[in-house]
Amino acid sequence: MADIHLEYVVPEDDFTRAGEASADLKARLKKLGLSSEAIRKVSISLYEGEINLAIHAKGGRISVDVAPDNVHMCLRDDGPGIPDVALAMREGYSTAPDEVRSLGFGAGMGLPNMKKYADEFEIESTVGVGTTVCMRVFV
Amino acid sequence: MKIKEIAEVLNAEVLTATDLEREVHTACGSDMMSDVLAYVKDQAVLVTGLNNPQVVRTASMMDMVCIVFVRGKKPDDSIIQLAQQLDIAILATDIPMFPACGILYAKGLRGGN
Ligand SMILES: Nc1ncnc2c1ncn2[C@@H]1O[C@H](COP(=O)(O)OP(=O)(O)OP(=O)(O)O)[C@@H](O)[C@H]1O
Ligand SMILES: [Mg+2]
Repeated sequence: MADIHLEYVVPEDDFTRAGEASADLKARLKKLGLSSEAIRKVSISLYEGEINLAIHAKGGRISVDVAPDNVHMCLRDDGPGIPDVALAMREGYSTAPDEVRSLGFGAGMGLPNMKKYADEFEIESTVGVGTTVCMRVFV
Repeated sequence: MKIKEIAEVLNAEVLTATDLEREVHTACGSDMMSDVLAYVKDQAVLVTGLNNPQVVRTASMMDMVCIVFVRGKKPDDSIIQLAQQLDIAILATDIPMFPACGILYAKGLRGGN
């Protein structure tokens, strides 16, 4: 299998479209015949990241590299950044407003869940500049 | 039980043209998609009172095959089309969350692990 490079844009202020990138990637990985276990790890971690771009930043960009033995994903945004990354990584910590909670998100579970499902997880954030999250799942 | 039996016992309207003969054994009930993503393992049915496209997206990421909208929530066409495209059955019932889950439990569905 040749390496595949994919790029997605998560639009600003369009909550209904968040998840399109994860859905597209999921369908592609299925066609490539990856195990359902690996596909689920990739899908959940990317989807959580996509939702974060939509609700905490003003959208962002996703790049994905599919190699024979792993899927590498990076989510980048020019949003507000995270002042205390260690705190944000804690289960249950969320700054999401009530409006986001009424949409079914904002339990403070996304980042911990991404770390749990990804085999490698890196996050870098600068207040006022933006946030980058990179994850790798071995398949 | 079969998806078609779920529709029967909940007196639910079937909004998609998907395979209703599919057998399911496990379900979860939640209005928080964050929790579904974090805690669900291999439950096949999502029972929810939340009505937006992310319900379908979340169910798809978790490989769930059926969504039951409770307490009279009617998903709009774009949600139904998305589910259809992802091969997820959509049912809608007027019964509220707690009794709906109780009925499904009594009929043999379990929470899974
Ligand atoms: N891309 C981002 N830009 C700015 N802040 C972010 C970003 N991603 C996460 N955060 C911050 O980190 C917190 C924790 O994120 P996490 O994904 O764990 O939970 P959540 O998004 O609030 O809720 P959930 O993921 O359960 O729906 C967020 O509430 C927000 O304050
Ligand atoms: Mg989140």
